[in-house]
Amino acid sequence: FKDVAFTDVSVLFKGVDEGSLETLETLLIESDFGVTTSLALVADVEFRAKRGEVKTEAEFRGALAQGIEAALRKGNADPTLLRATTGPTVVLVIGVNGAGKTTFIGKLSAQFKKEGKKVLLGAADTFRAGAIDQLRVWAERAGVDFVGGAPGSDPASVAFDAVDAGMTRGADIVIVDTAGRLHTSDDLMTELRKIHRVIMKRLPDAPHEVLLVLDGTIGQNALSQARTFSAAVPVTGIVVTKLDGTAKGGIVVAVHEALNVPIKFVGLGEQIGDLEPFDAGDYAKELVEA
Amino acid sequence: MFDELSDKLGNVFAKLRGRGVLTDADIKEGLREVRRVLLEADVNFSLTREFLERVEKKAVGVLQIKTIQPAQQLVKIVHDELTAMLGERREGLKMSTVPPTIIMMVGLQGSGKTTTAGKLARKLMLENRSTRLVAADVYRPAAIDQLETLGKALNVPVYADRDTKDVVKIAKAGIDQGVRARDRVVIIDTAGRLQIDADMMDELKKLKAAIKPDEILFVADGMTGQEAVKIAQGFDEALNVTGVILTKLDGDARGGAALSIYGVLKKPIKYIGVGEKPDALEEFHPERMAGRILQMGDIVSLVEKA
Ligand SMILES: Nc1nc2c(ncn2[C@@H]2O[C@H](COP(=O)(O)OP(=O)(O)OP(=O)(O)O)[C@@H](O)[C@H]2O)c(=O)[nH]1
Ligand SMILES: Nc1nc2c(ncn2[C@@H]2O[C@H](COP(=O)(O)OP(=O)(O)OP(=O)(O)O)[C@@H](O)[C@H]2O)c(=O)[nH]1
Ligand SMILES: [Mg+2]
Ligand SMILES: [Mg+2]
Repeated sequence: FKDVAFTDVSVLFKGVDEGSLETLETLLIESDFGVTTSLALVADVEFRAKRGEVKTEAEFRGALAQGIEAALRKGNADPTLLRATTGPTVVLVIGVNGAGKTTFIGKLSAQFKKEGKKVLLGAADTFRAGAIDQLRVWAERAGVDFVGGAPGSDPASVAFDAVDAGMTRGADIVIVDTAGRLHTSDDLMTELRKIHRVIMKRLPDAPHEVLLVLDGTIGQNALSQARTFSAAVPVTGIVVTKLDGTAKGGIVVAVHEALNVPIKFVGLGEQIGDLEPFDAGDYAKELVEA
Repeated sequence: MFDELSDKLGNVFAKLRGRGVLTDADIKEGLREVRRVLLEADVNFSLTREFLERVEKKAVGVLQIKTIQPAQQLVKIVHDELTAMLGERREGLKMSTVPPTIIMMVGLQGSGKTTTAGKLARKLMLENRSTRLVAADVYRPAAIDQLETLGKALNVPVYADRDTKDVVKIAKAGIDQGVRARDRVVIIDTAGRLQIDADMMDELKKLKAAIKPDEILFVADGMTGQEAVKIAQGFDEALNVTGVILTKLDGDARGGAALSIYGVLKKPIKYIGVGEKPDALEEFHPERMAGRILQMGDIVSLVEKA
């Protein structure tokens, strides 16, 4: 007996294993995919089951993994970092409070450093207590250049100075950290637009990447964050952090669909090496095996 | 007033109008909308299921007799049940009879522990309770700087020792300093950690055993998704937390995590964080939280109109 009130897998066909479909739906919802995305992905598996393409539990899961991977590979999905044709590549890092922006920058700069690139970090979070020191520690750890202003100073002018310093010092990469901000704060979103504008003023094709950092532990609000941030500044990629925990970060599928930008990196811990490029296939496979 | 659930339920029941008494199947149709709203608010999946079972029992009784404004009736049942599930009472901090009261902040990385420690210190100082902050996060870069900066801005003394990684030693020394200064409250800030990180959880267990805190506050991000239950359970099983603080509710997150966490821990949600500034700390109101999860405004006036 199946209670329709407690599931949205309502259209069931003869020969399709209801139990398996419900298991998949549960798996997706519990991984923060959200109702709409979960239903679409399960409907796809249901369709294939109806046609006799999938029968066993393993095949159901396999089909789901394929669906997830396909969704993540659709449209603009290349995780490679965009680079400037000449001069420094400027990466602007944005996101809500505590998502993992500063830590991500520390890890990313270490990766570039290892490739022999000259990296410069700009501490444009002049608001949060200890934020400038935190980025400075990361710059020291990674052995890269650092530009910071005074606490409370104008973040846009720090961003300008960082790009300017990167250009005059011949840096390959300039990464600008910003203060965490909730997308619902109009003032802070205006401030972000100004930071973006000022970077463009110093280097017209910059920033080459605007990376939105999403905490992998958060739920459906990520979609609202992604939409609002990308309406304010042109987001070019997503970074998902904290996937070393138990959360699965499934909302990235809906975010990718909504913004049509690639998921570029995954944060897997607090140490300098805990950063990996995002791989849609690996992500999908691990998810259904969990 | 944007009221998604009422609108959706209104649509569902409008389709059924003219058929007389609502059947069980009609009610189930309505409950499917409730389910969607709860899941979109990040209420835990299993809890949603249990919740709907309870609501269904009540709804069948009420809606079959009283079919006027069934949508509103169902919304009211759902809202009341949610409010009840979030805990009836409001609770402040538990003060020790022998000062200083010791408060320990715990939680995942970036949930808001350090900021909330500052907010609590400010609040306690305003109540004329001299408070001390202790920097027991020896891992995050510049965590000590962050707490010291907050302390300076709030005029709250901060104990720190940059020469050791031994958090028990740091906390004990900080408390000793508080005792000598006749402080009323000492708040220990700890590093963020995953509930599955056995070594880091052991560190907290040892700290708890050594300092016997009066309050262990689990600080959780109000935007947390489906994992909220497991995370909260992880911290509670290790430490038996005494209360919960939900942060970052100044945004538009629906905050289903509140229900998920209270639903499994049954530990009071003592405060909510509604901003980055030190004064952005509010009391928790179950009925308001229920309205937020359901994305509706003033439920009372809504039902009275019905
Ligand atoms: N477990 C885990 N923790 C992480 C990861 N990334 C960041 N963190 C931790 O999350 C916390 C917040 O990280 P930050 O880098 O300060 O986040 P932020 O977005 O810069 O924060 P604000 O600047 O305050 O908005 C820190 O304790 C980090 O060590 C990750 O991938 N895994
Ligand atoms: N908007 C908003 N931001 C908050 C709130 N509480 C904390 N924050 C911000 O969230 C970020 C993380 O806060 P912290 O206090 O550093 O978090 P934490 O738990 O101490 O982090 P770790 O020590 O790295 O585990 C900072 O940017 C804070 O300013 C809140 O209620 N609303
Ligand atoms: Mg930061
Ligand atoms: Mg902290």
